[in-house]
Amino acid sequence: MMTELHQNGQEEVRIGYFVCHCGTNIAAMIDVAAVAEYVSTLPNVVVSKDYRYMCSEAGQDLIVQDIKEHRLNRIVVAACSPLLHERTFRTATQRGGINPFFCHMVNIREHGSWVHEDRAEATEKAKALARGAIGRVKYHKALEKRREPVTPAALVVGGGIAGIQAALTLANTGKKVYLVERDPTIGGHMAKFDKTFPTLDCAACILTPKMSEVYAHPNIVLWTYSEVEGIEGYVGNYQVRVRRKARYIDEELCVGCLDCVDECVFKVGNVDDEFNVGLSKRKPVYMPFPQAVPKLVVIDPVACTHLNGGNCQKSCVDACERAAINFDQTDTIEEIKVGAVIVATGFKTFDPKRKPLYGYGKYPNVYTALEVERLVTSCGPTEGEVVCRDGRTPKKIGIVHCVGSRDHQTNRWCSRVCCMYSMKLAHLLHEHTGAEIYNFYIDIRAPGKGYEEFYERLQEEGNHFIRGRVAEITDIPKVAEEEGMLTIRVEDSLAGFVRRIPVDMVVLSTGLEPHADSQDVRRMFNISCSREGFFLERHPKLAPVSTTTDGVYLAGCCQGPKDIPDTVAQAGAAAAEALTLLDTGYVEMEPSVSVVDPIFCSGCKTCLNLCPYHAITRDDAKGVAVINPVLCKGCGVCVAACPSGAITQNLFEDREIFEEIEEVLAYA
Amino acid sequence: MPKPKIGFYWCASCGGCEESIVDVAEAILEIAELVDFAIWPVAMDFKRADVEALEDGAITATMINGAIRTSEQEEMARLLRRKSQVLIAYGSCAHTGGIPGLANQFSREAVMRYVYHDCPTVVNPQGTEPQTEYHDEGRVATLPEFRDVVRSLDQVVDVDYYMPGCAPNPTLVLAAIRTLLSGVLPPKGSVLAPDIALCDTCPRIDTKPVDLEVATFKRTHLHKVDPDVCLLTQGFLCLGPATRSGCGERCIRGNMPCTGCFGPLSNVHDHGAKMLSAMTSILAAEEEDDIDKALEGIPDPVGSFYRYGLPVSMLRRKVDLPFGHRN
Repeated sequence: MMTELHQNGQEEVRIGYFVCHCGTNIAAMIDVAAVAEYVSTLPNVVVSKDYRYMCSEAGQDLIVQDIKEHRLNRIVVAACSPLLHERTFRTATQRGGINPFFCHMVNIREHGSWVHEDRAEATEKAKALARGAIGRVKYHKALEKRREPVTPAALVVGGGIAGIQAALTLANTGKKVYLVERDPTIGGHMAKFDKTFPTLDCAACILTPKMSEVYAHPNIVLWTYSEVEGIEGYVGNYQVRVRRKARYIDEELCVGCLDCVDECVFKVGNVDDEFNVGLSKRKPVYMPFPQAVPKLVVIDPVACTHLNGGNCQKSCVDACERAAINFDQTDTIEEIKVGAVIVATGFKTFDPKRKPLYGYGKYPNVYTALEVERLVTSCGPTEGEVVCRDGRTPKKIGIVHCVGSRDHQTNRWCSRVCCMYSMKLAHLLHEHTGAEIYNFYIDIRAPGKGYEEFYERLQEEGNHFIRGRVAEITDIPKVAEEEGMLTIRVEDSLAGFVRRIPVDMVVLSTGLEPHADSQDVRRMFNISCSREGFFLERHPKLAPVSTTTDGVYLAGCCQGPKDIPDTVAQAGAAAAEALTLLDTGYVEMEPSVSVVDPIFCSGCKTCLNLCPYHAITRDDAKGVAVINPVLCKGCGVCVAACPSGAITQNLFEDREIFEEIEEVLAYA
Repeated sequence: MPKPKIGFYWCASCGGCEESIVDVAEAILEIAELVDFAIWPVAMDFKRADVEALEDGAITATMINGAIRTSEQEEMARLLRRKSQVLIAYGSCAHTGGIPGLANQFSREAVMRYVYHDCPTVVNPQGTEPQTEYHDEGRVATLPEFRDVVRSLDQVVDVDYYMPGCAPNPTLVLAAIRTLLSGVLPPKGSVLAPDIALCDTCPRIDTKPVDLEVATFKRTHLHKVDPDVCLLTQGFLCLGPATRSGCGERCIRGNMPCTGCFGPLSNVHDHGAKMLSAMTSILAAEEEDDIDKALEGIPDPVGSFYRYGLPVSMLRRKVDLPFGHRN
């Protein structure tokens, strides 16, 4: 092969091999000195060394110096996963004065020392892998990263606390932000909460100022009652289509005076109020809640008599002094360009009807936790008075934890917030009613700042904590004291026997789930999701807010259940990641992309429909496939599929791969 | 000045390649004017000794068709290589192993057993098998040795050029001979046909959709074939996307799918694997049952994807064959 390269008039290949001890991470299981000794005998290898920490400054300098001293033009580093340090060693290679893509890494830690138990065999494997790398690296070519400009604006999808926080953080740095929310108001779930654990801050007091700030912010374009319909483009250059649903209200004219609501022909509400989770009724023309942002009414086209073709005197129109009501309004489509997208679409709560033994929907006094949030809040349907659906004020209340969570019949995951909000509700319910509170839990999970202390406080306040998953809630009495009560049957797994506890009211601490349409959202933004349906971060530890699609970031519960502090922190992180992209002003594209050689492309169309990133199009005039290098992620699907071998992938050319395989096999 | 000498020779082949030379029609007369034939067993009476008598390199160019299976073919290939300035592997069998190469799926013993015993049309009550030597009344009759595997020509001797096709197309043949005689030679190792797949010139390409998914593969003798629509689109396994063009799309114009005789493009490592990879990429089936169902239309995968190139593929031969004659 050497002679071939000489004949091609290229310079002699001079390889430097560096094997890392990684302290004892590698050296304890692999005889690195022996590997270095072996590699020094391989063709084209000029330098072969082992060093304690290759990624350290001194280790990198070793590469830099040896490149200069020995005129090395290829570098192989055997160390940890390229995911961790490929960039480090490519940069070092570049500092040495040669193209960074002449550097190749061999993973002998995750693929070597950490997974083997026999030192001799692990050492042999490291030698074989080294030989493969030495074989392939001679075919490496000098590659350049590409740069593309970035549109300095961001789209935030979802106006809950995650979206609000992300939007404000970005907007405060001077970037333009489009905040798109499906509902008529921003605020999300947090707006429905009474207080927040463990500090018992009033949720509205800390949230509504932020909502107003969003509305007033000069850098934020807020579109509520709107949905993202489509997105095209690539990192730094997305074109987004947003559908703005008809509100039947002129947003420029409406001031939220509610005169139209007062004058609606329906004198009382006739539709379940979404904000009070069905505990009250609203009219067809309504404002979700008094602190809604934007402070605009909306007309529900399903409930409105006129919009349903009925004969209505349209008293709302007459009531509006500003003539803001416009029944002719239709949906409009906005087209925007953004550089980054933050997906903050939130969650839905578990539907407890899926656990029929808990009697939700059957017994009126069984509530979900979110309903109780509305019951205990002073701006709720009962103005904070806790009265059950059957009119009684509860004296004994049971709170059932883990409803739809940690349950192999429904959702296996822990929803993370239920223990804490259950205890918060226990505290508030006791405060409002003086009732005796029973918590039925599997484990109390209180791993946050001040959380364990809150748990202790609850215990000191006299709340009962019974460890056991509730088996059944029934209104069939067995003894006199169960008459007219809901009896909770549970195996107390600490005491070791089955208890029956009669209560007036049951609160089901329902878990968090992905939205029903999360798969559609996932497909639209071309991101992955875990088996549970929560959107998947690029790396659970090292890239927790990034996704596999560059320029698309995650914040809040759409990525997994989390509490408000974590959500806000994550939203800040997502904003920071987006800002890094927007502020840099350009994106650097890895050159390990696929390339069509138009000379060899027969235009057979095999590849066109395969690209998961929509990077391949057909130039009909020339009859060839064309790959947009900006969209290409280098997954290799088209390379494998191209029947003419016209598509190749940088750093993964056939000869590189085959040479590597052949050399590894030849080692044996 | 003596005319340049040209040789034609055949090894494990069907004779079709010889036909293809005659298929250049009247142009053969033009060629005959320009050259002398040094050896052409199918058309003229030459003996091996005639070739041995020539000086090394005396023949300007020799075209050998057929794969290499026997010791005699091997010897003739070596002899002609020595006597020729330029050696051309002519036709699929010499180029990539061809149809005879499919025998590499079976051991030498299995081939012998079938051909001399088990084949339903064989009548061989004494169980006779060919022997390399036969002695009778002091006289010895010999037969060449039957090797373990079938090889392409370049797996035996150094080859300068390749003329693809089963059989090669007369237009390409004539162009190649004229090029040779012109003295302006292409780079060594060239395949003397365009380096682009058949779809490039296929008259049906516009009927192929961009989002083709194949649910089942059909076989041409069981279904009516639309003469205008892309054969893959109709569900017939057509190797056009993976196969070098230059054949004049003769099969396609005859309403039959491409079977791949021109071999892969220059930058493809393994013709069959590449086509298989392309087909699995556009296969609609995702569940195992559906995949099995789709594959029912390809009852002979090796014969379908490696019809002409098994000996030069990564598979090359059945792995439990003895290694006695590896190259």
